[in-house]
Amino acid sequence: MEKKADIKAKEIYDEITGRKYALLFLFAAACVLALIIDILVGPAWLSIQEVFSAIFLANSSDPTTNVIVWTIRLPTALMAIAVGAALGIAGAEMQTILDNPLASPYTLGVSAGAGFGAALAIVLGVGIVPYAGEYLVSINAFFFSLLTCLLIYFIGKARRVTAETMVLAGIALLFLFQSLLALLQYIASEEALQVIVFWLFGSLLKTTWPKLAVVAAVLIIVVPLIAKDAWKLTALKLGDEKAKSLGIDVEKLRLKAFMLISLLTAAAVCFVGTIGFIGLVGPHIARMLVGEDQRFFLPMSALGGAALLSVASIGGKVIIPGAIFPIGIVTSLIGVPFFFSLILTKRRGYW
Amino acid sequence: MRLEIKNLKFGYNSKPVLKNINMEVSPGKITAVIGPNAAGKSTLLKCIVRILKPEGSILLDGKEINNFEKESITRIVSYLSQENPARAVLSVFEVVLLGRIHSLSWKVGDDELEVVWEILKDMGIHELASRYLNELSGGQRQMVSIAQALVREPKVLLLDEPTSNLDLQRQLEILYLIRDLTVKRKITTLVTLHHLNLAARYADKLVVLNNGEVYASGKPESVLTSETVRSVYGVNARVNIDDDGIPQITPISSVRNMCLA
Repeated sequence: MEKKADIKAKEIYDEITGRKYALLFLFAAACVLALIIDILVGPAWLSIQEVFSAIFLANSSDPTTNVIVWTIRLPTALMAIAVGAALGIAGAEMQTILDNPLASPYTLGVSAGAGFGAALAIVLGVGIVPYAGEYLVSINAFFFSLLTCLLIYFIGKARRVTAETMVLAGIALLFLFQSLLALLQYIASEEALQVIVFWLFGSLLKTTWPKLAVVAAVLIIVVPLIAKDAWKLTALKLGDEKAKSLGIDVEKLRLKAFMLISLLTAAAVCFVGTIGFIGLVGPHIARMLVGEDQRFFLPMSALGGAALLSVASIGGKVIIPGAIFPIGIVTSLIGVPFFFSLILTKRRGYW
Repeated sequence: MRLEIKNLKFGYNSKPVLKNINMEVSPGKITAVIGPNAAGKSTLLKCIVRILKPEGSILLDGKEINNFEKESITRIVSYLSQENPARAVLSVFEVVLLGRIHSLSWKVGDDELEVVWEILKDMGIHELASRYLNELSGGQRQMVSIAQALVREPKVLLLDEPTSNLDLQRQLEILYLIRDLTVKRKITTLVTLHHLNLAARYADKLVVLNNGEVYASGKPESVLTSETVRSVYGVNARVNIDDDGIPQITPISSVRNMCLA
């Protein structure tokens, strides 16, 4: 092979990937920045010095600040990042394996399942696990979002596992759980109703360190498993037949990825409620910026989701000083204009 | 590798598509499968690449294809489907790189990059390398798909309608390139083609498929007769042998029209 050609191949490849690395770095920086601001902002505004000394020099700082930072701000801000990343990845992989731009934990009924599970615990006090205490609602939500995924899985499996069957099953389940939820709301007491509605808004306020640890643990376990199949998942975008001819067991890959995504989604929504928008839009932003090579698409969806949710968390605290808006509401209010601006400024067709 | 197909049968929902196929494909030669729509051409290729599970046997160098390890078979056999992946948001380089999926890790080795770049240059589409697939025309996407099939450096190459969507010049260039690679690398090449004159010019052997059965097979000049065209395609045609000794077909009318008249 001639020497000149060697250089050129590498150049072209570096040119393609270099831009993507830059964008990943940019979004990672944005996440860090948003995380820091998220810790500073709230009913009581803190200075950078205060936060720094509370985190790194815990003994020497003012005890009130210490408590605010350690029990509220830090876990909440980190939870926004973790949940945003989890939902971003879940949406990205759902869109990939189902080859459908509308797929997300929200549109496939997984969030609705979680909502129903939560409402069941709130209204009837019925839990899947007895004596769950403060985790009753979360465990129920977790269980029902997994149940939704399993139903989609088995309906998909009963016939051949095609993307269409799974999407249709998901949408049907969305409606089923929404009406079951409405039924519960209809029979609920006024106080219970208020709790349900607040849960459905989505909120980071009840974050504790153990809850954060659960989400983080699931992320740490699941993400490497998905990343391992990065090339296979990329090949899936070329169509089932092409992927099969490349030696990929398409149905097995689809089911495996779906199980992993289910875990991720369940862990994310069970603690913070239904935040619909992230899982749909995070991946779309990533797709517009870096394309669908999973080595970039996966981390970009995670970073996009994390940045969006973190900014929404900040937004929820500054709209009305002293009050904290539910993050589910703010996410869409901030995300939709941002998303529209991306759609309108990009000329290429994406779906 | 010698590809042999023996007593191959396949049906979709018990409706038979391939009835009893026996044929042989030699290395270093292009064998073209021709025949009317729904004759079973694409189905035959899908059976060989094991997207479909047929009855009967498919042998590679005398060894049953099902007895190969799954991964080794995907390294040996490369297949171009008629799917045109217009919706994937991937650059041309990335799509062709996917053809090397078995050798890819998170960080792509320089060797892989070079192989991809070489094939892009051979096909004259290297200038599209960083363009996204959805920015390309149907013909350009077809070229990318062919590049992906070729970059795998297969021993057996199955191409389903490689020249559909391509303009006349590209059709000739692609078939020329395929023939060149087939001969140089001793590839066992099986293509389906609609274009009879191109098939006659570029293939060493023709297999005429009709209603899921082999109607005729052999050298182009012995297979492509006006009698074959009439009974398989229902078309009256004139067959001339050109200066290169290659049969060329001039279609005149459909047999059906004549009946109506």
